[in-house]
Order: sequence, then C-alpha cells, then structure tokens
Amino acid sequence: MSADIAISVENLGKSYFVGHQSSREERYTALRDVIARNVKSLARKTRDMFSGRPIVQGDEVEEFWALKGVSFEVRRGDVVGVIGRNGAGKSTLLKVLSRITEPTAGRIRIRGRVASLLEVGTGFHPELTGRENIFLNGAILGMTRAEIRTKFDEIVAFAEVERFLDTPVKRYSSGMYVRLAFAVAAHLEPEILVVDEVLAVGDSEFQKKCLGKMKDVAGHGRTVLFVSHNLAAVRALCRTSLLLSAGRLAASGESGAVIASYADQQDGSASFSRSPLSIERPHVIAASVVDITEGQQSAQRLLKVRVTAHSSRPMSVEISALVRDNAGAPIGFAPVGSLMKRSPAQLSEGSTTFLMTLDVSSLALGQYSLTMQIGRPLGEMFDSCPDCLSFDLGSEHFSEVMSPFRQDWHVGSVLFASTIERVQ
Amino acid sequence: MSASQPEVLVIEPGIADRHYWQDLWRFRELFYVLAWRDIAVRYKQTIIGVAWALIRPFLTMIVFTIVFGRLAKLPTEGAVPYALMVFAGLLPWQFFSTALSESSASLIGNANLISKVYFPRLIVPTAAVVVSFVDFLISFVILIALLAWYRFLPGWHIVTLPLFVLMAFLASLGPGLWITALNVKYRDFRYVIPFIVQFGLYVSPVGFSSSVVPEEWRLLYSLNPVVGVIDGFRWAILGRQSTLYLPGFLLSCGVIVFFLWLGIRQFRGMEKTFADLV
Repeated sequence: MSADIAISVENLGKSYFVGHQSSREERYTALRDVIARNVKSLARKTRDMFSGRPIVQGDEVEEFWALKGVSFEVRRGDVVGVIGRNGAGKSTLLKVLSRITEPTAGRIRIRGRVASLLEVGTGFHPELTGRENIFLNGAILGMTRAEIRTKFDEIVAFAEVERFLDTPVKRYSSGMYVRLAFAVAAHLEPEILVVDEVLAVGDSEFQKKCLGKMKDVAGHGRTVLFVSHNLAAVRALCRTSLLLSAGRLAASGESGAVIASYADQQDGSASFSRSPLSIERPHVIAASVVDITEGQQSAQRLLKVRVTAHSSRPMSVEISALVRDNAGAPIGFAPVGSLMKRSPAQLSEGSTTFLMTLDVSSLALGQYSLTMQIGRPLGEMFDSCPDCLSFDLGSEHFSEVMSPFRQDWHVGSVLFASTIERVQ
Repeated sequence: MSASQPEVLVIEPGIADRHYWQDLWRFRELFYVLAWRDIAVRYKQTIIGVAWALIRPFLTMIVFTIVFGRLAKLPTEGAVPYALMVFAGLLPWQFFSTALSESSASLIGNANLISKVYFPRLIVPTAAVVVSFVDFLISFVILIALLAWYRFLPGWHIVTLPLFVLMAFLASLGPGLWITALNVKYRDFRYVIPFIVQFGLYVSPVGFSSSVVPEEWRLLYSLNPVVGVIDGFRWAILGRQSTLYLPGFLLSCGVIVFFLWLGIRQFRGMEKTFADLV
C-alpha cells in the first residue's frame, strides 16, 4: 500500500440472510393451520439456536449480497462522493469501512484514524442537558474530553443554542436538537471522515452553513467519504465519486461523469408498471410518458403522462407529479384534482386510467424525472413512486423563435416569462 | 506532509482484531462517559432521588431480619446482631443482582450506538456494572450507620473488603457478558434474568448465614458463586465472629473465573455481528 493511499478496498462483499414467507403458503385460515405452522417454526428456531444461527423471520431463507466485489482506492486528502439509489449498498459500505460491521469477503486497508458520522446525534440522551450531551456525543464520536473542552464554545456558537445549554434536550425543538448534534459532529478532526446523508437536516439556512463547514473540512486536507442523495452537494464538494448500483461498483472517477452515468442509469424509464398490491390504499400501478406536443399558443409545450391507479373502493383523490432536474433538485409540482370542487380524479373500484397534461413551456432543455403520487386531496399521501418516469426535453421540441434555454448552462431549469420596459 | 505515517488497519472477515485490548484502553474515555451518563440519568425526574438507593436495601434488611431471624429463628454468626449479619450479605447481593441485570440488558439498551458507531463493545456491559457500583457505595452508608448503632467495630479483616468487592464485580460481569451477547441474538434471555435474580435471592445466603447449610452440602452449595462473595463480605466485615469455609470459597472463585472466561469468549466471538443483529 503506497503512502498516499488512505483507503484501499479489494473485492469487498457483505451478505445478509433474509427470510421470506413462502408464496405458495395458504392464508391463516383454520386454527389447525396456525398451530401446525407455529410448531414448525418453533422447531426451526430451536435448530437454529443450537447451531448458533440467528433467528430469521419467515420460512424461506435467502442469502442477499448488500455489497459484492467492490474495489476502489481513495487517496489521502481526497473528498469522495458515494451515490446510488436507495438500497444500492452505500450505507453498508460506510458501516463496513467504519468497522461497525464485519465484511463477509474481501479486504480493506485503512491508513489513519477513522471517524464515522452515520447519523446526527447518535447517543444523545433526552434527559441530559445540551452541555452534557455535547460531552457525551463528542466522546461517542471519538473525541477526548480535552478536545471537546477546547472546542466547546465554537460548538455552542455554531449550534446557536447558548441560552438553552442547561436545558434537557428533550425540551429542545427538533431544529435545535439537530443543530446541536451537527455542531458536535462538525468539529470532529479525524484523519478520515465517513459521512452519511447528514446534511439533509435542519432548515435551508442551516443546511447552507453545514455545507460550508463540510467544504472547510475538505479544504483541510482530510480524507472524506461522503454519501448523499443531494447530487448538487456532491458535485460541489467532491472531485471524484463512486456510483453503487445493487451492491456493485457501477462507476468511479471524476464526479461530473459519475453523476451523469447515475442520471443515465435512472433514464430509459419512459414507462413504469407493477402488479396491483394487496393493500387497501390506492396506488399507482402504471405510468408512462405519452409524448411532448406543441400547444395551441405559440411556444407552448405540453407533456402528456398516462397514469393508472388501483383502488379497492371508489374514491376521490389527488394525483400529482413532482418534477426534478438531472441534478435531482425538485423544480416543480403539479397536483391535479385537489383544488376543484368536484374532483375529476375519481377512482373506481379496480383500475382507473388518467391522462395528465403538464405545461412544460418554461423548462430548460435537458433531462427530468417525474415522481408520481396519489393522495387524499390536500391531505395524506397514499402512494409515491420516486423518480419512476423520466423525459428528455430536446431541442426538437423547441423549433420556434425563442432561443432554447439549456439545463447544462447551470443557471437553473425554469425560464421565467418576463418583460422589461424602460422607465424614465 | 507529516513525517510519521499512521499505522495501517486491515479489515478482513473472520480475523480477530490484534489491537483489541489496545483499543479498549484507547476508548477508556468513552467508558467513563457512558458510566457517567447512566449515573446522571438514573435518578433524574425523581423526587427523593438517590435516597432510593438507601431505602430499598434498608427495607429489605428489616423484612429479612424479621422473617428469618425472629419468625424462623435462624442462628446468626457468633454474637453478631441478626440485622447486621443480613446487611453484610445484602450489600454484595444487591450489587451482584443489579449489576447482572443492568449488564445483561445493556447491549439491547444501547442498540442505537452499536449500529452507528464503532468502539470495543465490551465497554457497554462493563460501564453498566460500574453504575450499580455507585448504588453499592451509597448503601454502604447504611452499613456504617448500622455498625455505629450496634457499636460494632470491624477487625483488621475489613482491609480485605475491596478484594471481595472486586470478586462481586467479576462474579456479575461474567454471566452478564455471556447473557448480554446471547440476548442480542435470542431475546429469550431477557426473560431469564429477572427469574435468576428472584430465584438467586433465596438460594444465596442473603437472609441467613451459610453456616445453617449442613456440612456435607456445603461444598455443593458453593457452586453458587454468590455464596463465596457473601461469605467473604461477612468475614471481612464481621471479623472473627464469622468463619470463612475455605474449600467452598475457593470453589466459588473457580466458578467465577469459569463464567468470566465463558462470558468473554462468547462476547468476543459474537461481537462483530452485534450491529447486524441488534
């Protein structure tokens, strides 16, 4: 291992055993079945215990690889982003790297002290005061008391909780709680820092402050591994990135390129479908982008989306589409059926199909994803399919006079219709 | 760049950590802090607070003195007042039983820490035992008051008391480690502990002197490690009035060492899977 490599990972794998309820199984009907099943399960659990295996729920056990064959190297002082969809293995990778859990295969070599920040406020005790929790949390994250004492004022100032230092944290507002927790973590000074999705807390003002602090940390030559779904933050902080997909390393290298291949991975989904679930709440079973056409007015572009929803009984719902740009930032929201007296979004029993039309005239050229959601009008959400659809707004859709405005100019994704006039 | 190269840490499946005991020392601050946290929280939002640590053993002593001393008319040791004899046994018993229950529940109770941060897990149950030690020290006040009340002056044996405190500590730590590790995997053990503690109160010589046990059963009786601990305490506090049954005492020590070995072995063997199972 050469001296400027901080982390070297070879062929890393981590497997878990997961249980299923076998599908051919009949429903619980007679008491006899229930007893027979319980006796069988007791026998199996006892067998498991004597052979030292953990108890797995369900009657079919399957080995599941959360990480498989992952190899990469991180140079000292690099700030590396780790991206991927939910369940791609990002958090497992961090847990293995920070020694919380043992790998099943492969080898990791680490040069330097590792501190991991997988959650803000790990170990905070609600009964203790803010002051006491700073010391407690600091020690849990690996700081010595002397270290915490020298940084104490800085931490308190960063968290903006001076007045409540001697109040038990169970009386804190959730914002104060999170600020205090992040403030402690932000003042850690290990050689290698492993961070999981912790910037997604607090209000936007505080998030900005956190991002600034992270930049600071990165600037001080520390090695940082940073997991986030906030692609803009990854792009801003990390020069290089890793893309995980279903437990494997799908791409690595310069952040821009890795983020682009992540966007590609999510692409190719102009339609989405799944079989109806046996749940009672209405849910989306199919959705597809029909086309993008010219509207009646000039320069008007309309996106047509077909959505099929399944419901166990007739009801009136709100169907909405959340639009995100290729950096994953939400840029708009189209709720349909909520603001009218008699909602047009009426579900019958079984499946109902709708055609939604969205005016996308003001969007910049580029890729977008759609999250389809069903909820009670202006109320609780029943179902959400995150980023299940995507569409590409190309220049062919803008043949008109207006000069096409592009997403990759990095000035945003919405073009405002605006006018200007001269006043004296 | 800095001249000193930090050491390379290798993580591989199934390889025992070479630096484990060194790490344990490095994380000693965490040990203090966790123990301090549990102590600080123990009597928060109670009215009489620490007095709880005094009231419970005191009332138990009165009940035991009446039931075993007055009603059952069991003999005391030498000419020692019965209440004093009971309390000298109650003190280590309370320490042992709270330490055992606290340490065996400790890993589950700190599940959020275990799944989010690395540290040698041995810290958690050990810190839990230390917490019960504080209660033990507080109830010591009652012992001193009792000694003064009965005008009883302990002999030179009292200087050996710390040795027996250590013995009580190890006696609870061994099974505690064993059960807390198993508890992570099989939650059945959570129901075993209250039972052991309740049961143990009657099979250990807490309310009576171990000299009432017939001579031929004495050695077998000492398989219970608490017997050795309690006898040791009585010998140290009550002095010549109490006699230490040496073969039994050594057997108790052996049982304690065995459980300690078993507990550490079980704990170390399962430690790396805690985060996945808890």
